Amino acid sequence: MDSKQKEPLIHLTKRGGVSKKKAMMIRVLAVIVALIVCAIVTGLTTGINPLGVYSSIIAGAFGSARKTWITFQDVSILLIIALSLTIAFRMRFWNIGGEGQVLMGGLGAAACMICLDGKLPNAVVMILMLISSVFLGALWGFIPALCKALWNTNETLSTLMMNYIATQLVLFFTIMWEVPKGSGKIGIINQNSHTGWLPQVFGSKYLLPILVAAVVTAFVYVYIKYTKHGYEIRVVGESPKTSVYVGINVSKVFIRTMLVSGGLCGLTGLLLVGGINHTLTSTIADGRGFTAVLVSWMAQFNPFAMIVTSFIIVFMDRGAGEIATQFDLNQSFGDILTGIILFFIIGCEFFINYEIHLRKKTTKKEEAKAC
Amino acid sequence: MRGISKRFDHKKANDGVDFDLYKGEIVSLLGENGSGKTTLMNMLAGLYFPDEGKIFVGGREVAINSPAGATALGIGMVHQHFKLVDVFTAWENIVLGIEDKYDVPAAKEKISQICDRYGFVVDPDKKIYNMTVSEKQTVEIVKVIFRGADILILDEPTAVLTPQECERLFEVMRNMKQDGKSIIIITHKLNEVMAISDRVVILRRGRYVGQLETARTNPQEMTDMMVGRAVKLDIERPEPVNPAKRLVIKDINVTDVEGVRKVKNVSFYMNSGEILGIAGISGSGQKELLEAIAGIQKTDSGSVKYIDENGNETELIGMHPRDIRELGVALSFVPEDRLGMGLVGNMNISENMMLRTFGESHKWFTDREKPRKVAENVVDVLEVSTPGLDTPVRRLSGGNIQKILVGREISSNPKVLLTAYAVRGLDINSSYKIYDLINEQKKKGVAVLFVGEDLDVLMQISDKIMVLCDGEVSDIVDAKKVTKNEIGFLMTSLEGAKASGQ
Repeated sequence: MDSKQKEPLIHLTKRGGVSKKKAMMIRVLAVIVALIVCAIVTGLTTGINPLGVYSSIIAGAFGSARKTWITFQDVSILLIIALSLTIAFRMRFWNIGGEGQVLMGGLGAAACMICLDGKLPNAVVMILMLISSVFLGALWGFIPALCKALWNTNETLSTLMMNYIATQLVLFFTIMWEVPKGSGKIGIINQNSHTGWLPQVFGSKYLLPILVAAVVTAFVYVYIKYTKHGYEIRVVGESPKTSVYVGINVSKVFIRTMLVSGGLCGLTGLLLVGGINHTLTSTIADGRGFTAVLVSWMAQFNPFAMIVTSFIIVFMDRGAGEIATQFDLNQSFGDILTGIILFFIIGCEFFINYEIHLRKKTTKKEEAKAC
Repeated sequence: MRGISKRFDHKKANDGVDFDLYKGEIVSLLGENGSGKTTLMNMLAGLYFPDEGKIFVGGREVAINSPAGATALGIGMVHQHFKLVDVFTAWENIVLGIEDKYDVPAAKEKISQICDRYGFVVDPDKKIYNMTVSEKQTVEIVKVIFRGADILILDEPTAVLTPQECERLFEVMRNMKQDGKSIIIITHKLNEVMAISDRVVILRRGRYVGQLETARTNPQEMTDMMVGRAVKLDIERPEPVNPAKRLVIKDINVTDVEGVRKVKNVSFYMNSGEILGIAGISGSGQKELLEAIAGIQKTDSGSVKYIDENGNETELIGMHPRDIRELGVALSFVPEDRLGMGLVGNMNISENMMLRTFGESHKWFTDREKPRKVAENVVDVLEVSTPGLDTPVRRLSGGNIQKILVGREISSNPKVLLTAYAVRGLDINSSYKIYDLINEQKKKGVAVLFVGEDLDVLMQISDKIMVLCDGEVSDIVDAKKVTKNEIGFLMTSLEGAKASGQ
């Protein structure tokens, strides 16, 4: 009974508006603490000097001009997928089918490249690639949205399952188009004619996805924040009943939004197949359809914050590859470090939203300090 | 409770409040919306921890760290929004979270004992989602008593109940009181305060202003103390000026998703400059009728004709809700959870104003200036207390939320105003503010449909009252001549006839 007489050791109060500066400071602090914890874990488990590990992570991402470009290219791809998902997330429509939508976009692009090589002028092929990849991506978004609109199916399940269908379709076409026969791979498409290879911008083969990402970021920001569509998306997501009351057609908004979301994912597929890899495999999305969910959530659906979150993830991922080779560690070690850092970044939101009070004596001290 | 203070952000929700409760009494906690009643009680129930002040139970100082801690001290709270698991049955909800092992028959036995003792009616095997609001509330109370509470806190228990259900609740409360339990009830309805409580404690802006013995006070005195100045407790009823038919409803039928006919052959008309009150037990088709007029609810048959000032007729059935609204038919429906229909909790005030206007222009982008001005105006005129226009509306107190909803509908200068439960859960002062607003609309020549719960108010404000019973119109009466008993009879008469027929 005695313990009940006492005030709790810590109790929490919800903070109201925290100034952006303070919130930023908490986040920076979280990263620093995360790095310290990572250092301790590295030291204890591997005995390697953590600073060496850190510098090789940086070397992995920015070690050479080529590495730097690839890092930014990867950031762009992840960012575009995250942005497309965000449009749906704002509607509380949990589109975790980014993977499949990207794959379908890639399939559309590859199909045009393979089937139309030499039959149509290159420019026309590219336009058709754009159309077909966006169309197929949008189709993969449309089907779950239609099911949700008609029968109120759970979109998390349906978008997820659409991923597997997309993978199987790509595998099917890989066998159909394999070069050479029996290899089970498509290989580089149109290696000689370069039909459907997306143009280099300013002489750089890395710049196109980056520019597209910049445009998409601006577009998504304006779309969700300033357009009527964006407003409707929010109302539908927050309160479907209210939407009905003010005369918003909820089904229409579901479908329209998922067309945009899926279409943008399809566009990413085009960039991957036509611009970066010049081939199609079933793993071309490389799990980024799922990673993008994390990117979007961590950024709290803010398009500009997503630039940062997608950068952190790509940076750590590329660094992880580097330390794996340099220190002869398992690639998973890099993932452990990424996990620790993400844990702190996500966890610090708690401290942004809540204030912690220790038992009276200490709070008084704190107050004195604050004064 | 002594010197209790609690801050949120920088606002003091409670500031040095003293509160006493004796064994075997019922105390009403009275105060305007946002005066810190619920916050105070949440500290007693262990949901919040006070920043300052001490709590004594049975003469001993205690620290209540958690709801479990409160339960151990015999304190139990029934919240405004029920905290029940929908897919569980009543008894499952009642025993949920109790750590001691319970065998089911013993638990059920104990539940039925509690029910018998205080006069509750609960079917322990009924699932929560099948229950009416009143049944859910009963489960909540039984749950609290089951855990051995001697101090019960009821947060606005009557806001969602029909008059009959209220009476039943009061009966139970009196039984509990006789059994030596102490009850704190938060309510806005002064007649209930007078009927049930021994003592009234009044809060204003987070501070304790005083207490009165119910037997030696009257509603006027309580209101004045609550608001801090003298308030007029009459509702004016200006004579309608040049009434002309504005809306003619003929033989409307509505069936809900489950195939139940909610509105049956309802016909009536509304005049400009008149208030038509609608009385009826909740769920008698009020919601469906209003939604049908606003174009949100599909009708099976019937017609709704809108007649403008020049005598042009327009058929509303089959029109898009947005077009109906543009004609000047505004609907403000305050649902049981206040939010959810008409407002978006996570959006700020001006964004919520935009809900009505954003569809008007056919441009791609939203116009943010106009809603902001409307928001400023509503906040200003209706004295909405809010930190700013950018505050999400869910953070505001219920009364302020309702002011925003009603204010928005009025700001569109409607020709027909449909309002349902406009003062649901509002304190006296805010309620009268809303009545004034509605009367102002009436004077402007707006045809007003007023769905209300409180018959006294309904009889004071309306020119005519249409009584609904089970989806049918039992009668349309002159509000000046009818008596409360007559309306009460009309509200239930069809139902009574049916019951005897079965």
